[in-house]
Amino acid sequence: MSDRIVLDTAERILADLCPPDVVNDAETGVWPTVLWETLEESGLTLAWVREELGGGGAETGDGFDILKAAGAWAVPAPLAETLLAGWLLEQGGLAAPDGPMTVAPVGPADTVELEDGVLSGAARQVPFARQAGHIALLAAGRILLVEREACALVPGISLAGEARDDLAFDGARPLRSAPAPEGLDRDRLTLVGAAVRAAQMAGALSRLLDQSVQYAQEREQFGRPIGRFQAVQHALAELAGEAAAAEAAADAAGEAVAARDFGPHGIAAIAAAKARAGEAASKGAAIAHQVHGAMGFTYEHSLHHRTRRLWCWRDEFGNERAWSVRLGRLIAAEGADTLWPFVTGSHAA
Amino acid sequence: MTGDRFRFPKVEFGPEERALREEVRAFIREEKASGGFTPMADSWGSGWSPEWSRKMGGRGWLGMMWPKQYGGGEKPALHRYIVTEEMVSAGAPCAAHWVADRQSGPLLLRYGTEEQRRSILPRIAAGECYFAIGMSEPDSGSDLASVRTTAVKVDGGWRINGRKIWSSGAHRSHYMIALVRTAPRDMKARHAGLTQFLVDLKSPGIEIRGIRNIAGERHFNETVFDDAFVPDDMVIGEAGDGWRQVTGELAIERSGPERFLSTFPVLTELVRELGPEPGDRDAETVGALAARTMALRRMSLGISRLLDEGEAPEVAAALVKDMGTRFEGELVREARNLLPARAASQSPDLYGKVLADGVLHVPSSTIRGGTNEVLKGIVARELGLR
Ligand SMILES: Cc1cc2nc3c(=O)[nH]c(=O)nc-3n(C[C@H](O)[C@H](O)[C@H](O)COP(=O)(O)OP(=O)(O)OC[C@H]3O[C@@H](n4cnc5c(N)ncnc54)[C@H](O)[C@@H]3O)c2cc1C
Repeated sequence: MSDRIVLDTAERILADLCPPDVVNDAETGVWPTVLWETLEESGLTLAWVREELGGGGAETGDGFDILKAAGAWAVPAPLAETLLAGWLLEQGGLAAPDGPMTVAPVGPADTVELEDGVLSGAARQVPFARQAGHIALLAAGRILLVEREACALVPGISLAGEARDDLAFDGARPLRSAPAPEGLDRDRLTLVGAAVRAAQMAGALSRLLDQSVQYAQEREQFGRPIGRFQAVQHALAELAGEAAAAEAAADAAGEAVAARDFGPHGIAAIAAAKARAGEAASKGAAIAHQVHGAMGFTYEHSLHHRTRRLWCWRDEFGNERAWSVRLGRLIAAEGADTLWPFVTGSHAA
Repeated sequence: MTGDRFRFPKVEFGPEERALREEVRAFIREEKASGGFTPMADSWGSGWSPEWSRKMGGRGWLGMMWPKQYGGGEKPALHRYIVTEEMVSAGAPCAAHWVADRQSGPLLLRYGTEEQRRSILPRIAAGECYFAIGMSEPDSGSDLASVRTTAVKVDGGWRINGRKIWSSGAHRSHYMIALVRTAPRDMKARHAGLTQFLVDLKSPGIEIRGIRNIAGERHFNETVFDDAFVPDDMVIGEAGDGWRQVTGELAIERSGPERFLSTFPVLTELVRELGPEPGDRDAETVGALAARTMALRRMSLGISRLLDEGEAPEVAAALVKDMGTRFEGELVREARNLLPARAASQSPDLYGKVLADGVLHVPSSTIRGGTNEVLKGIVARELGLR
């Protein structure tokens, strides 16, 4: 999206320090210390926080490149969440602490209140809460930084074996607090979260394609690589299409966030991205598993590092149906004669 | 990312592009209001209207990328993309000029003689000269290199014998570009010995027989060559170089927005029927279809950018055409299920009419210009699987 330096740095670090055993170890509770420290030292974790506030000060688009790389390598740590937390803190002009962070609330039904500087309420399925040092919280019209230790935690595990913990905030006092700027509400946080997950899905799908193609070239049956069979070739061509579509959609969403476009067009781009990437996740993962045969169904093989994450991410920050309904309603409100201008983002241009 | 294998660069529109789009939209709005056309699905394949083509030519919207000396506008591919996507999404009748503007003109520009360019390109750009594609034969479809129509060298030219089939619109076209064998088949060099000819369809020895399609339209033809004489200066490019030229032509043929927008008018009329406050299920379907359209369009636009960068994005075009044409059919299926209409070609209501167009024409989307199986094969080759 912008210059490739950030992406290349991320790719290099992840290729080096995020091999399958690090992902497996993380699932058993081993924190990927070296990986995280390297990411942090290179400024990737706080890319969305400006330098005066302790961040890396990267372009928003570069952050989305990092997210694609994170998805591609199945980073088993809150890289995406720390980026998103940084984005939220930045909106309130709050300095970002070092170390892993996460964001709450992420579920539409959660309520968190703030009264006399004291928090109450709970947030469910907060990603990587137990590994996070701090939580960036949006509550009571304010952006708050809360120490994780100050919250009660009930552990939960996602489809991908990652922490999705329930947090109770009762009695906690935020470390830092600022009023949320005009327009920054739960819905906007969900929109940005959806764009983040779409980028991760796009990255994961692209690696899933590489992995599946490689497997089809190596695995032999009937005396030849299975990739020689036309049925397998066609399935992989479809996977290539799904990966490309997810990336196109996710890039459009990233651009909307970068342009701070949260009007109907920006919402449409993000809604379309989450819906389309979610659809690609379902179709793509199914194809990848089919091509890998029984081997891909084993824990031993690393295919599930991506497929299980795809299944998890497609549901988070709104699933395909939720975003399709939202997009459909936007379109209906605009009316048939503006459908095409709306879809092309060139409404009364 | 995927971009490392299949690159779909981002396209940004400047003031000139936005102005062009507005101009095209205003034109379409006025024409629709004054009864100049009624929206249809597959309008670029089935909506034959010389009048419409001349109007477009008059506005400088044909041959847009060609040099001015040949009646062109010297515009980037992106401009042509804008005009075509506006036309196809609106369901405007563009079939008469479509082949000439999209592929025959560019082919002549690249390989034709100066005389061919001077005499023909300005007429295409004016919307007055139409072309048919002479690739397929009764026994040669996907395996195009197996064509049997032959040209034999005679004094001052060539004599062609054989049969071309499908030849969309040949009965209403001025020329056909025919892929013909000029050297005997060699199983070891399957792509050798083929030549492209510019054939004047009024020449003696050519008979054009109509073939009705399932929509009842005369669209297809069988074009029979019986000792038809073609002068030497009607050879396109080099004799024997036909395969390389025709693959380049196919890459252009496959790359445009008509490969995912053919049924878009169905979605427009569906949205109209559903009204401003649809239920959840209706909104979901509309939203999902729009989301898919948006992703396809972004990829498709990337291809036009690659064309402007001088690349021949054959694989990217195959990928998008495969997904896009499947999508055209899925759009119709979703609409049908959501809002069953008496799909009738002569229905007084527009939704029923475009739905009928859609149902009857989608089977061709995944066949014409190379079947989806062939396209997936192209993608698989790029993936290193064949
Ligand atoms: C509306 C329409 C307009 C057309 N207009 C023109 C025109 O103007 N000029 C022109 O020259 N042609 C035209 N065509 C013809 C078109 O290019 C051919 O139909 C197309 O190339 C496929 O050839 P075929 O129909 O002979 O199918 P076949 O090649 O016989 O294929 C039949 C089926 O077998 C499959 N198949 C074939 N080979 C393979 C393989 N190797 N692996 C897997 N599956 C395979 C195909 O994918 C398809 O599903 C038109 C077609 C349509 C539908």
